[in-house]
Amino acid sequence: MNAKDGGSRKRKQDSAQSQKTEGHESDDISSCPLISAFKTFQLELDTKHDKYERLVKISRDITIESKRTIFLLHRVTSVPSTEELLTESEVKLDGVRQKIRQVAEELRGEDLYQFHRAFTLGIQEYVEAVSFQHFIKHRSLISLEEVNCRLVFLNGDKSEEKGIPSEKQGPQALTFQVTPTDYLLGVADLTGELMRMCISSVGNGDIDTPFQVGQFLRQIHDGFSYIGNTGPYEVSKKLHTLKQSLGKVEDACYTLRVRGSEMPKHMLADVFSSRAALLDPEDGVA
Amino acid sequence: MSVTEMFSNIQVFLCADQDIREDIRKVVQTLEQTAREILTVLQSVHQPSGFKEIPSKCLRARELFCIIRDHIGDLKTKFPVEQYYRFHEHWRFVLQRVTFLAAFVVYLESESLVTREEVAQILGIEVDREKGFHLDVEDYLAGVLIMASELSRLAVNSVTAGDYSRPLRISNFINELDSGFRLLNLKNDPLRKRYDGLKYDVKKIEEVVYDLSIRGLTKEQEAVTDK
Repeated sequence: MNAKDGGSRKRKQDSAQSQKTEGHESDDISSCPLISAFKTFQLELDTKHDKYERLVKISRDITIESKRTIFLLHRVTSVPSTEELLTESEVKLDGVRQKIRQVAEELRGEDLYQFHRAFTLGIQEYVEAVSFQHFIKHRSLISLEEVNCRLVFLNGDKSEEKGIPSEKQGPQALTFQVTPTDYLLGVADLTGELMRMCISSVGNGDIDTPFQVGQFLRQIHDGFSYIGNTGPYEVSKKLHTLKQSLGKVEDACYTLRVRGSEMPKHMLADVFSSRAALLDPEDGVA
Repeated sequence: MSVTEMFSNIQVFLCADQDIREDIRKVVQTLEQTAREILTVLQSVHQPSGFKEIPSKCLRARELFCIIRDHIGDLKTKFPVEQYYRFHEHWRFVLQRVTFLAAFVVYLESESLVTREEVAQILGIEVDREKGFHLDVEDYLAGVLIMASELSRLAVNSVTAGDYSRPLRISNFINELDSGFRLLNLKNDPLRKRYDGLKYDVKKIEEVVYDLSIRGLTKEQEAVTDK
């Protein structure tokens, strides 16, 4: 990847140089201050675009790894011991955090918001994964502070490849701050995962989880309605999906209650496995 | 921390954010107002009578730039300086406009391209991001491109007003600008879109120069200037 970058940069310089010589042959245009000014602009823009591209690549990796972690965590409903799964997910999330560290390194001394669009999707996906894991562990919502706490990178650890420049910086820690908006959007995505988890846990005969998820989702929904339109546009868009997820979970809880009173527990599982199949095609939106 | 607490914390943040945006919008509105005033002053150079008054018009515009400086000074106080790009979209458009106006004034005065440093100085802002409220390089370039289309108009109107030498000078200038922009590797963004319009300005001016030269009007002018 790096070699490629270097190659393209070299090519750019080459073309710039050839243009320069051409200019010299025809007339003295290239020596004028205007052209040299544009040369510096070229350099500045190229540096910026390169950085942006690098961030987009890292962001993609973050998204993919987070998605895999979420899939892994979904197996929690069908596995007897959750411990093993949780440690495995922790390892994966550590990998993601190393990627976020790269983002933080790219952004050192830069304005976070200048490149925000490059990595916002990855960060949202990470928030989704980390909050999903937190819910499975503690049945509560991870706070923004807790998310940010995990994204403080001390200079010493695991940075062998970039050891020399970071040592010069001294013991200063590198932090990455998730913006409240990204956090909010990540949490909104989390609700879709919770809905899936709720439905699949019923399918496995777990009667408690759906009610816990239902209550939790209601809290989140209340929170989002409290924010309502004051938030950015994307938030209000996600509110709609959230409502759908909540509806599905509430329906599931309702059926559980009604059927549960008249049917032996082992048969409920059958009712829901067919129900989940019905619901699944719709949650492509979530 | 409970879910409700979490959300009310975020709500506080979002409200504060909106207040800042509201403040910024107000200042940007006044900034746009002054920018329009300057534009009106400068537009009169397209009038046949305006060509003689260029120096006085530029002086008047320079005076108005003092007001712009005050507005921008006001804008700087509305948000934390390290969050420039968070609110960038709010003033991006108007900053490009005033860059254009500054560039146009400088061109009318000295027939040269304004540097980024000069624009920053006229507007009372910085060039480097580290030093505070600054002029983004893309905004500067966009402003220069707006000026290019204004100059193609000026070339046409100067012929109407009987000034046959100005289009030639504009033509040289725009060609230089064009070769400058050709050095840049632009992404598919608004700046690139605007740059794509530059070739039409170049074409327009070349047509004017062509019209003048086949009628021998340029030579006549050169002869006059040679003497």
